[in-house]
Amino acid sequence: MDQPKNKRYGMVIDLDKCTGCGACMVACMAENNIPFRDDDTDKLLSVSWMHVYRLSNGKPFPQAEECFLPRPCQHCEGEHGHSPCVSVCPATATDYDMHTGIVSQIYTRCFGCRYCMAACPYHVRQFNWWDPVWPEGMERALNPDVSVRMRGVVEKCSFCYSRYQTALNRAYVEGRRELAEEEYQTACAQACPAGAIVFGDLNNPRHRVHRIVQPDLAHGGRPRNPKAFRLLERLGTHPKVYYLTSRDWVRRAGDNEVQQS
Amino acid sequence: MDSALIPKGVERCPLGRFLAFIAIVGAVLLWGVVAMFLIYIKGLNQTNMNNAYGFALWIWADLAVIALGGGAFFTGLLRYIFGKEELKNIINYAVLIGFVCYSSALLILAIDVGQPLRAWFIFWHANVHSMLTEVAFCLTCYFGVLTIEYIPLILENRQIERISFFRHLAHNMHGIMAVFAATGAFLSFFHQGSLGGVSGVLYGRPFGFRSGIGIWPWTFFLYTWSAAACGPCFTILVTRITEMATRKKLVKDDVIDLLAKIAGWMLATYIAAKIVDTVYWAAVTAPAMGFTLMDFYTNNPGSAYGLWILIAEVGLCGVLPALMLIAPSVRRNARLLFLAVLLAVLGACLNRWVMILQMQAVPVLPFERWFTYFPSWQEIATTILPVAYGIILIAFSYRYLPIFPQEAELNPLPEGGR
Repeated sequence: MDQPKNKRYGMVIDLDKCTGCGACMVACMAENNIPFRDDDTDKLLSVSWMHVYRLSNGKPFPQAEECFLPRPCQHCEGEHGHSPCVSVCPATATDYDMHTGIVSQIYTRCFGCRYCMAACPYHVRQFNWWDPVWPEGMERALNPDVSVRMRGVVEKCSFCYSRYQTALNRAYVEGRRELAEEEYQTACAQACPAGAIVFGDLNNPRHRVHRIVQPDLAHGGRPRNPKAFRLLERLGTHPKVYYLTSRDWVRRAGDNEVQQS
Repeated sequence: MDSALIPKGVERCPLGRFLAFIAIVGAVLLWGVVAMFLIYIKGLNQTNMNNAYGFALWIWADLAVIALGGGAFFTGLLRYIFGKEELKNIINYAVLIGFVCYSSALLILAIDVGQPLRAWFIFWHANVHSMLTEVAFCLTCYFGVLTIEYIPLILENRQIERISFFRHLAHNMHGIMAVFAATGAFLSFFHQGSLGGVSGVLYGRPFGFRSGIGIWPWTFFLYTWSAAACGPCFTILVTRITEMATRKKLVKDDVIDLLAKIAGWMLATYIAAKIVDTVYWAAVTAPAMGFTLMDFYTNNPGSAYGLWILIAEVGLCGVLPALMLIAPSVRRNARLLFLAVLLAVLGACLNRWVMILQMQAVPVLPFERWFTYFPSWQEIATTILPVAYGIILIAFSYRYLPIFPQEAELNPLPEGGR
């Protein structure tokens, strides 16, 4: 049996399709046992692996436009897997998996120094300021495949890694080493009613993400599709989450640009 | 009542007054201890940190006290390796201040982590690519060195010294102190540097990120340099404050003058390098990441992060004290010298503040806004806690140990004194 080639799991989010309904956030919280509090209004203290930003073009009516931008972990590759957060963690509690391209978080090893949070420009890393308290009876509704996290550790989107493990186990039992595209999908991609989120292997030309993005692997996965862009491309973090839009102002909102006078 | 413990040939205030002073500072210490236990029991939700401000007052305090504690390694280097003999009259105090600073830093770090019982993972699961790993190893080792340097001072207490073993141990430890001074300088170079690297390597944070040589960003060298410059300034500052508190001259002017002169030149060269670094960062590094200098500073009047903070750090608390300390006339004027070392100390603190706090305040994603933060009382109390602890340790050390070799000569006792 052939050894499977390395994967580079990634995501494409079509911002022209996203309605900002928040289904991706809800699906993510349910799938990954994300804790919440009675009063979760302060978003800088709450945990949400998938966060939907509301962007505005800042113009008055009738030119006013809005755009919703869902932001999971960008699973940055950096240079040779040195994503901004992985290289700084002093206890090797976060790791860049060369086989999948997924940035993992080992909750039981994290001791809560929060250096990774300071390193991440996308604010995808969040701290458990409190121990999780589930409403009575909800413990029985938790996902048994995802460990709950305790107070004092950092967590973030894992591209629903437990789903990858489950799919891989099933494939092994069936004598396969490769996963079909539909076998491993994130909860947010499946929940999006507008079909704005597409997930798959960027290395696999048959996968939709590859066909949409047409990543230039010689240049850190830069998209060849002119409608596609990544957040903060100039920093060299080489994220694996791509955004699509036909609107210039949305595209410009994705990166900083020194204005030439 | 405790006269048998007080060093020979010097005078101390009555025990009652001393204990009253300790009680007042002890109350502040107790306040900090209460806050510390509150944080241990309830968690970091007792702070005003949030997901945008993962590093805050504590990390700043850590970086600041370690920079200021740099007086110990640099004075030791000058005394034992470069043979500046005069500095033997202030090295004890520099070591004590360094010991206080480093033990404080370790204490704050122990409070700062989300899972304190797992703090040892930093050694067990060490990631060699992380600057914090280097900080943890070098800082812990150097604290061991400082303890070794502090022990002979304790052994020189009048009563402990009477025991032959301790007397000889202290003597022999003094004899090999050059080895520890060299070790301390080596370790300090790396942990001061790696603290600079903490923000310098963050290529996702254009405010803190710097280019550099190999794996070391320029901030690695700037932090070591500034610690060597401002650490001795802090030693002089605390010496002067101690002299004011005790109403005695404890160190001769020529000793202070020498240390201030060296610190002045270190500060002058540091600030020149810092200016070059800032210009290169503003003109080359940041624009390549899509940022202009003014993206990092807010224009709002009265803002905590206006351009004034850069001017204050580099100009008012950098260039000015450097020029003052280089000038012999300023060094001979007690008030101006005090002002100069105070400004230099504030400059180091301000540098650490912006590199940690402002780095996180600056929005990186174009659609985000500036983040704000003000510490909770628990954070403030636990940051003041080590200050109170330091004052108490210094007070006890001053009272019972021969910290200042020139004290007896400078303050002769009246006839019939001890």
